[in-house]
Amino acid sequence: MSEEKYVPKSKLGQWFDSRLPLLTLAHHINDYPTPKNLNYWWTFGGILTFFLIVQIITGLVLAMHYVAHADLAFGSVEHIMRDVNYGWLIRYLHANGSSMFFLAVYIHIFRALFYGSYKAPREMIWIIGMLIYMLMMATAFMGYVLPWGQMSFWAATVITNLFSAIPLVGESITTWLWGGYAVGSPTLTRFFSLHYLMPFLIFGLVILHIWALHIPGNNNPVGIDIKQLSKETVPFHPYIIIKDLYALLIFLIIFSGFVFFVPNVLGHPDNYIEANPMITPTHIVPEWYLLPFYAILRSIPDKLGGVVVMFAAVFILMFLPWLDTSKVRSAVFRPLYKIFFWILVIDVIVLGYIGAKPPEGMYLIIGRIATIYYFVHFILIMPILGFKEKTKPLPLSISDPVLGDEDKLSSEKTMNNR
Amino acid sequence: MQKKFKNIFKVLCISPLLIIFINLSVAAEVSRIDLLKTNWSFEGIFGKFDRSALQRGYQVYNEACSSCHSIQYLSYRNLTEKGGPEFSEEQAKEIAASFEVMDGPNSEGEMFTRPGRLSDQFIKPYPNIEAAKFANGGAYPPDMSVLVKARKDGANYIYSLILGYEDPPAGFEIEDDVYYNKYMPGNQIKMPKVLNKGLVEYADGTEATEQQMAKDVVTFLTWASEPHLEARHKTGFKVILYLLVLVALVYFSMKKIWSRIETKQ
Amino acid sequence: MSSSYAVLTTIIILLVLFLYLSWVFVSIKVVDKEQKGETTERRDFLFTASYALGAVGVGVVVWPLIDQMNPDASVKALATTEVDISKIGLGKTITVLWRGKPVFIRRRTQEEISKAKNVQLEELKDPQKDEDRVKKPEWLIMTGVCTHLGCVPLGDKGDFGGWFCPCHGSHYDTSGRIRKGPAPTNLEIPKYEFVDNNTIKIG
Repeated sequence: MSEEKYVPKSKLGQWFDSRLPLLTLAHHINDYPTPKNLNYWWTFGGILTFFLIVQIITGLVLAMHYVAHADLAFGSVEHIMRDVNYGWLIRYLHANGSSMFFLAVYIHIFRALFYGSYKAPREMIWIIGMLIYMLMMATAFMGYVLPWGQMSFWAATVITNLFSAIPLVGESITTWLWGGYAVGSPTLTRFFSLHYLMPFLIFGLVILHIWALHIPGNNNPVGIDIKQLSKETVPFHPYIIIKDLYALLIFLIIFSGFVFFVPNVLGHPDNYIEANPMITPTHIVPEWYLLPFYAILRSIPDKLGGVVVMFAAVFILMFLPWLDTSKVRSAVFRPLYKIFFWILVIDVIVLGYIGAKPPEGMYLIIGRIATIYYFVHFILIMPILGFKEKTKPLPLSISDPVLGDEDKLSSEKTMNNR
Repeated sequence: MQKKFKNIFKVLCISPLLIIFINLSVAAEVSRIDLLKTNWSFEGIFGKFDRSALQRGYQVYNEACSSCHSIQYLSYRNLTEKGGPEFSEEQAKEIAASFEVMDGPNSEGEMFTRPGRLSDQFIKPYPNIEAAKFANGGAYPPDMSVLVKARKDGANYIYSLILGYEDPPAGFEIEDDVYYNKYMPGNQIKMPKVLNKGLVEYADGTEATEQQMAKDVVTFLTWASEPHLEARHKTGFKVILYLLVLVALVYFSMKKIWSRIETKQ
Repeated sequence: MSSSYAVLTTIIILLVLFLYLSWVFVSIKVVDKEQKGETTERRDFLFTASYALGAVGVGVVVWPLIDQMNPDASVKALATTEVDISKIGLGKTITVLWRGKPVFIRRRTQEEISKAKNVQLEELKDPQKDEDRVKKPEWLIMTGVCTHLGCVPLGDKGDFGGWFCPCHGSHYDTSGRIRKGPAPTNLEIPKYEFVDNNTIKIG
């Protein structure tokens, strides 16, 4: 992005900025040229940043009162809920905040899928984003273990047992993870330590994510490159800030609805029963945001196979920029991809639903079909579509969505079809 | 901008409902009988506890449940707290003093008992889970502190359960010391029917019917599970009201700022 | 009481800060580069109202995050301790824990009492009569925390037959008053009462 070099006005500012260019950074963020046709799907980056900060702050507060010991953890959570000043509020914010975080991240990811934001030259943004997503899942899982309810305990048992599928060393790895011969106090304490650490790693990656974004600049709903900065972009402040804020506030209303009126609806009742290593709940499930992957795990009738396929389902997303062969970014101009995109969305929702159901009968069959389709979408449909699909003509510029000069258009079209 | 906003609004409304739906379908595999329903004062956005129901509920808990079920995360001081049964401090002190609490060690290293104080936690009927199991034929009477939150649709479920004792249908094999209950998963429960008409004598003259006692004790247990429910509802109402006003202001500010761009085209 | 003051102060400080920042930002930024013809558009009511309301919100949100570190309900409930004093011999001290701090309960000898009473108030750094520090002359009850920097003084030590703080050398007399050393005030007297002749209730 071509920006004129910024020089602070005051002498002190110049002195400071030449040593630590914070003012240049602030100026850059302030004036960062953003495509003016961004729609509201682009506000979720800001919402996610906000929720990361909410989770870190409320988490810090909870850690001041929580005790990471198998005998005391459950009681200390009840202590937070009952005795600590505003403890109930802070815990419900943290618990529901994680769900809102995932809701926002899923919308963010599907937005990138729809508008092709992962394609060149934005591959690094996408890959860092996927790393963030994986760390988020690990963090959320470990956080879910901390209240030491029945679901916590058995989620920890099941997830750590995934590693026992590894040939030869599996057994020793699980023992190493647990710090014992089953999930217990040592496991809880190390999970707490890691749960505390990971958000800061995420925070670091978020900085890289935004850095990587500011090199090529934002993608946009039309998916074509910016041609004229002055005409097609607006400065980040105040245009994008106020829009992000507006969307954030609406999101916060939904968040408040959960926190204040149905704070436990996204949790599982069994997690209010203290962990008992002798009784497994009749039906154990992870939190809703992990259900699609859980469904994939269970649809494979082999221990090692299930684990491999489940991890593959996450890692395959990393290779998306190269699996998608189409030169056109935005699905707006890709009629076939648009259909397949929505089929994928439905497929993932179906997987989520299947993940919540017991693995038997019809559920198992539907789960297997949905799992197969998930991989088919990325491995077969996406690469083939890039070659076969007839895309719609692209506009000349983002500020001019109406079709422009016929000659230029056709030349561009042939270029895109190649 | 307007059209896209409608889309996003739809997603923001639908996705939480979808998540809730998927989440609730989790426990739906248990073959469900419709639970008994009653009007709970604490339901809904403005839900509050009925003070006198809480006080009566405490009495039922104390006289009918507490000989087997502990409620370990409650303290006697909670009985005076705002949003709870709101016993007066004297009443609560009297209640606390009516229990013998184990304290110590004293300066000679001995444990001793003394009358309870407000700061003490509710005394437990059994010293530990093993003792509780042993005394109840192998079944542990669950701690009641968060019981309502630990069951799906907890208030209605517990209400139904304590009223759900019936004679087993013909051909239903049932062991001794196990009772038939319509609402218990598997229909077999180790807890005998406890609430019989006139079991407690309410100080306020309310007639102690089974339904009345069940409703009162479930109200009490709901409060025990969620002692800050009233504060939560109140705060939530204020927060959402605030957000709505702020959203309106920000929306018009946004319109104003963006008008400089959009009219320019 | 103190907590409501803290809320108020927090809110006001944040409000002022936000209003100032908003003034700085809005007054600069509202002038749009692309509207060449028009002159400065003043920050109008809409923006000011949004900023002010936002500031109030932030202020209110900050309060629970601060208040959660104050003593919680279970800590506050432990405010009183009852102590049996029937077994304390003449000239002996027992130490009990109250609110996490040691409390000295000393049954003073006649000699100690008269010594404490005969001190001229002018000699004292923190003048206080012995009668004002005890309810019954025989029983001296005070928090065993040096008023200098919080160490626990040793009994029957020091130049005045009372207590001596080993950390920085403060000497207290038989009434627990500061006589020598860096401590600014006398040892604190907690709120207590005699339930009967053998029992006191602290707090």
